[in-house]
Amino acid sequence: MLELRRVSKRFVGVVATDDVSLEVRSGEVHALIGPNGAGKTTLISQISGSLPSDRGEIRFDGHDITRARPYERVKLGLARSYQVTSIFKRFTVLDNLALAVQARSGSSFSFWRPVAAEGSLFDEARSVAGEIGLSQKLSSIAATLAHGEQRALEVGLALATRPKLVLLDEPLAGMGPEEAQRMIALIDRVRSRVTVLLVEHDMDAVFRLANRISVLVNGRVIASGAPEAIKADEQVRKAYLGDEVAA
Amino acid sequence: MKRSIAVFIVLLGFPLAMSAIDNLFYVSFASRVIIYAIAATSLNLVLGYGGMISFGHAAFVGAGAYAASICIAEGVASAWLGWPAAIAASALAAWLIGAVSLRTRGVYFIMITLAFAQMAFYLVNSMKAYGGDEGLPLPQRAELGLGLDLGNEVVFYYVVLFFLALSLYGLHRVMQSRFGRVVIAIRENEARAEAIGLPVYRYQLACFVIAGAVAGLAGALLASHGKYVNPNVLHWVQSGTLMIMVILGGVGQLWGGAIGAFVLLGLEHVISDYPLPWLAAVAPNYPQHANLGVGLVMLAVVLFAPHGIAGLLSRRRGA
Repeated sequence: MLELRRVSKRFVGVVATDDVSLEVRSGEVHALIGPNGAGKTTLISQISGSLPSDRGEIRFDGHDITRARPYERVKLGLARSYQVTSIFKRFTVLDNLALAVQARSGSSFSFWRPVAAEGSLFDEARSVAGEIGLSQKLSSIAATLAHGEQRALEVGLALATRPKLVLLDEPLAGMGPEEAQRMIALIDRVRSRVTVLLVEHDMDAVFRLANRISVLVNGRVIASGAPEAIKADEQVRKAYLGDEVAA
Repeated sequence: MKRSIAVFIVLLGFPLAMSAIDNLFYVSFASRVIIYAIAATSLNLVLGYGGMISFGHAAFVGAGAYAASICIAEGVASAWLGWPAAIAASALAAWLIGAVSLRTRGVYFIMITLAFAQMAFYLVNSMKAYGGDEGLPLPQRAELGLGLDLGNEVVFYYVVLFFLALSLYGLHRVMQSRFGRVVIAIRENEARAEAIGLPVYRYQLACFVIAGAVAGLAGALLASHGKYVNPNVLHWVQSGTLMIMVILGGVGQLWGGAIGAFVLLGLEHVISDYPLPWLAAVAPNYPQHANLGVGLVMLAVVLFAPHGIAGLLSRRRGA
């Protein structure tokens, strides 16, 4: 479904991603792990289109999207969530989600008819809110939500675009154990209809969810395969997993 | 909504009251304020709702003013031709300037819009056929037909008031629409707007062109009002004045531009035409420095009323 061929990104003096080749298969949860600074978020930004790649090719669902604009990739069914929460803070939860639904459902070059008259937008937004556990918070301003709720909305915005593949950049960042369990359950629910590329540091979550894992170190993929194989990989243990998994 | 209607009822009655006391100067002055209110409202769409800090809005007022004036100077006095021409000219200018400027962000956007507007300023300065730097006096105002004589101050007032009402209602409607939601969302979080599938550049450009078109209409009205147009209408100081109106009145507030125009032009008029004896005793030339007073009011608004005067009013009445 998603294929990266020798993709690279270089910032002044730093090689962020180096010759990355990666395949995400339809229907799987593919985890991307690696130490801080390995280039995971850079790679997500290259896939979503907010950072242009210096070299390489990105194909998604039969299209070459290497040079496509971010919104064009969303239209093809490739959405992302952010590691640092990026929501419409002054909008209500419902308006946040309705906007994402609106973005997907046809043109917004409609200047006269009030959005409020479009019941279907809000019905769908409500159903996404239910999915991410925010049904009770529909009219809360996003900025006033608890951290875990904001993280849920962050993922909800991506899901509301009805993607075929969603890039989740550390969805559990900063969450307490209880919130984390809820997020893991959410990802587990949506995996039946959405392919997931998951960047995550929480190894418990990664090994519970992932069908396959790729390990990124210093901008290079050093291993890619089934969770058991990754766990057993000597190179991976040395570079990243270390005692965490052994313990 | 109720308050907006109340304000318009007062504005509808104003020329009748002035006619009763035979003071047409204030009807004409009010027309000028209303024209600036339209121009400032159009800037508020870009600056307040869209979050695009355009420092070249006078270029679009000017494009409209010159297009309408050239029509009259060439003998085409009909408003039905001149005003659409003004709107088309300013929309085209906004499209050309916006298409380039909107590829930049932050300070660069401010500077590039300013630069384009100054280029337009020097362009009309060099149009010798239409008065060059001396400006272009017009033999008459535009002709509306329909038995309405725009040369009559009261008729002219009602026509510009109609366009202000249309602008405000239009702004209100557009902001409730799909397009309006997107424009605000882009202001709030541009990266995320693109990441949920919105082509940010196209929406911003459309917003910029709509605002330019309305500014062009204001320009056409302004030229008819004074029966004169000169390059100063495009000068960067004019762009700054429109920005001050929006900030004073309320950035992103429906009535922000209109209130700002009223307060700013009103203040200027009061300071220069009604000197305070006690202040004049200390500083005889102080009306020449009216900008100092305006500056102090501006400072107070920026420090204490982040949503401008419109924000203060709506908070107090709990709207």
